[in-house]
Amino acid sequence: MSEATPIFRPGDRVRVRAAYPLGHVRTPFYVRGRTGEIERLCGVFANPEELAQMRSGEPKQPLYRVRFRQTELWPDYRGPAHDVVEVELYQHWLEPA
Amino acid sequence: MNEDRGTYRPLSYFQLMEVSLRELLVEKGVLTDAEVDAAVEDMRRRGPERGARVVARAWTDPAFKARLLADGTRACEELGFDLPALRLVVVENTPEVHNAIVCTLCSCYPRMLLGLPPDWYKSREYRARMVREPRAVLAEFGLVLPETVRIRVHDSTADMRYMVLPMRPAGTEGWSEERLASIVTRDAMIGVAVPKVA
Repeated sequence: MSEATPIFRPGDRVRVRAAYPLGHVRTPFYVRGRTGEIERLCGVFANPEELAQMRSGEPKQPLYRVRFRQTELWPDYRGPAHDVVEVELYQHWLEPA
Repeated sequence: MNEDRGTYRPLSYFQLMEVSLRELLVEKGVLTDAEVDAAVEDMRRRGPERGARVVARAWTDPAFKARLLADGTRACEELGFDLPALRLVVVENTPEVHNAIVCTLCSCYPRMLLGLPPDWYKSREYRARMVREPRAVLAEFGLVLPETVRIRVHDSTADMRYMVLPMRPAGTEGWSEERLASIVTRDAMIGVAVPKVA
């Protein structure tokens, strides 16, 4: 079983890769290229992009909950600046910000 | 399923896929028809009662609540709810924070605790708008929250499933767990409503 080592910690600032690969990708378009903050590490899971191709899903990827301010996601967001969306993202989609 | 039972319609691609796969599994002896029927019936029968019992326990037992927020799956097992393959994250509403759940990519939902999801939860409209303008969506559900309350929307995109732990309403002091559970609705555990004392 090969798995990637978690490199981010709660509170770390991360940017989601602005990539557009085909296939079974669990990274919503609306967070790609956006910056957020690690809320927690959820565990290490088989990579769904690999599983969907009938492969083993290895190396397994750390899965984080990443918190985004609504105003970062939607520049015309009408609510208060403290509103947030939290999204589960795999480590290979994240880079330090 | 075709709702209009009077008219013949060919099966859709996915209906045909489901029938083919099911018949193959039965033919090869992996499953029996009775097992498939029982599993479907079990899913249909399940409602939000389990989730409501979890909430009522958390309202009456602070130590349980702490364990629930730390590891939702394990805490539910304490109540005898076995949640195979379900990694549960419970998020707590407070006077400062209101949580709501959505799955923008599909319709991930903690079925083992809440039963089948309502149709609106699977609709494109809810899925698209809940992350984009949650306050407007909540208002349409009749829930208007002041701007001082932070809205925390959870997009269930991968391996976790989510349940909201609502705030216990005033006027429920001294209630039994059973009575408390009776006011915990499915919508309150999705985060589009709050429990009310009738």
